[in-house]
Amino acid sequence: MSRYKVPSASWLPKLVVAPSFLLSFFFIYGLIAWNGYLSLSASHMLPNYDYVGFSNYIDLFDNDRFHVALKNMLIFGVLFIGGAMALGLLLAILLDQKIRAEGVLRTVYLYPMAISFIVTGTAWKWILNPGLGIEHLVQSWGFPNFQFDWLVDDQHAIYCVVIAGIWQASGFVMALFLAGLRGIDESIIKAAQIDGASLPRIYWRIVVPSLRPVFFSTLMVVSHLSIKSFDLVVALTSGGPGYSTDLPATFMYAMSFSRGQVAMGAASATIMLCMVAAIVVPYLYSELRTKK
Amino acid sequence: MSPRALTWHRVILWTALILFAIWFLTPLYVMVVTSLKDMDQIRGGSLLSLPSSINFGSWAKAWDQACTGTDCGGLKPFFMNSVAMVVPAVAISTTIGCINGYVLSKWRFRGSEVMFAMLLFGVFMPMQVVLLPMSQILGYFGIASSIVGLIVMHVLAGIPSTTLFFRNYYVGLPDELVKAAMLDGAGFWRILWRVVLPLSTPILVVTLIWQFTNIWNDFLYGVVFSGADSKPITVGLNNLANTTSSVKEYNVDMAAALIAALPTLFVYVVAGKYFVRGLTAGAVKG
Repeated sequence: MSRYKVPSASWLPKLVVAPSFLLSFFFIYGLIAWNGYLSLSASHMLPNYDYVGFSNYIDLFDNDRFHVALKNMLIFGVLFIGGAMALGLLLAILLDQKIRAEGVLRTVYLYPMAISFIVTGTAWKWILNPGLGIEHLVQSWGFPNFQFDWLVDDQHAIYCVVIAGIWQASGFVMALFLAGLRGIDESIIKAAQIDGASLPRIYWRIVVPSLRPVFFSTLMVVSHLSIKSFDLVVALTSGGPGYSTDLPATFMYAMSFSRGQVAMGAASATIMLCMVAAIVVPYLYSELRTKK
Repeated sequence: MSPRALTWHRVILWTALILFAIWFLTPLYVMVVTSLKDMDQIRGGSLLSLPSSINFGSWAKAWDQACTGTDCGGLKPFFMNSVAMVVPAVAISTTIGCINGYVLSKWRFRGSEVMFAMLLFGVFMPMQVVLLPMSQILGYFGIASSIVGLIVMHVLAGIPSTTLFFRNYYVGLPDELVKAAMLDGAGFWRILWRVVLPLSTPILVVTLIWQFTNIWNDFLYGVVFSGADSKPITVGLNNLANTTSSVKEYNVDMAAALIAALPTLFVYVVAGKYFVRGLTAGAVKG
């Protein structure tokens, strides 16, 4: 795109964006550096700027609770990303079959994305509660021995977070894939149909491969969402029983704002930043390069 | 494909579609019916059973009597805090995004693309890295634990995405429009006001809805940066639903959850198309 050579005005656009850009860069990069410094400091109850080197990171990786958070991150990450991607792709393909009520169904599949994770968590907490929820419902259907107490079981509570997370996010994945499916050239599919290719074959050979770019951007979005997951855990399990459903984000919050371990909180935030950056930076880099 | 096979195919397809619709709607259905029952019906009936009589008592209780921790004023004060927070935060972040996007697409300068790329990282970064420094800054300016502090936080956190939305939309507007206006002697602001803004309605709606939904639904900043009388609705709901002091009243919890969800659900039902465009715009950069 061309630049306009209007001497009198050339400084004006720069001046206009300068305040918000300076603030934003300070907010993003300045505060990342500040948080990084806090993670190397002797802060406990309050920030304290005495430098202590990497000892907070050593403490962090020795911390039992952080191990639990990382392990949960892995379980939750794999199942949530896998589940939401698979279900979302399936929904998009189903909706792409020239359905009459597509608009209504799409609205139904996507509405969870419009509500807060706190609402989702509150609702699922009631549905999954062992006393009067699903367990009680299935027992009343004539299975008196049915047990479903994952929400209060420290070995299984994290799977409840996965279920609610997939429920909330799969419509989002569907919307992204549906946008991708609509971008595929109809004439290629018509040609394959005329050649006698079956529907599954058309999907496997033509549609799915051309969804590759959408697949990667969706994967990137869903993965960074999973790393940032916080509200859902707080509302559904409060990190419990005990700290069995802690994720890095809830760990960071607990250390920084209720346990008086500011430096360790800052260190765990830096670890989260590294995880997100490992996913997002290569993606942004390739996106911005190819678009030039 | 024979017509017979086609029919079978449609039957399976529709069965799957309807089953999925049920899976997505069941939690909402459970929330609504639970909120209309009294506790006896909840204990006596099942999750899915309809209330024997419609009873809005738990809605009234959730609105202005339910206890969140030690206060028993219901969700109303939290709801009002959210309204007071969301209106200025959405307006300011959208305005800044509009101007930034206009400059980054129609008034590019050396380095503006790099600055855009650097700003984009702000869309994705985990906000946990700014929480601790930000609480110091808000404290320094005396706006920690206040609605003003939350507005500042939401504006700063929102600028990267609002800039992205407007920039990507304005890239698609023909440069000739701007050039022609310039030949007519229009300057930077006049072109924005007279040429670009009148063409911006769709992206304006997308951004307003996106920011409204995100800020209304935010919990992280709300729980970290708010004080006793500036907590937003999500924090109020969480406190209400996690108060363990008395007997658990699930009907009140569900009514409270629905109250917290209604504003964004309403916007979604009325303007879903724009909401979806915001969601997909966040993933497709460039």
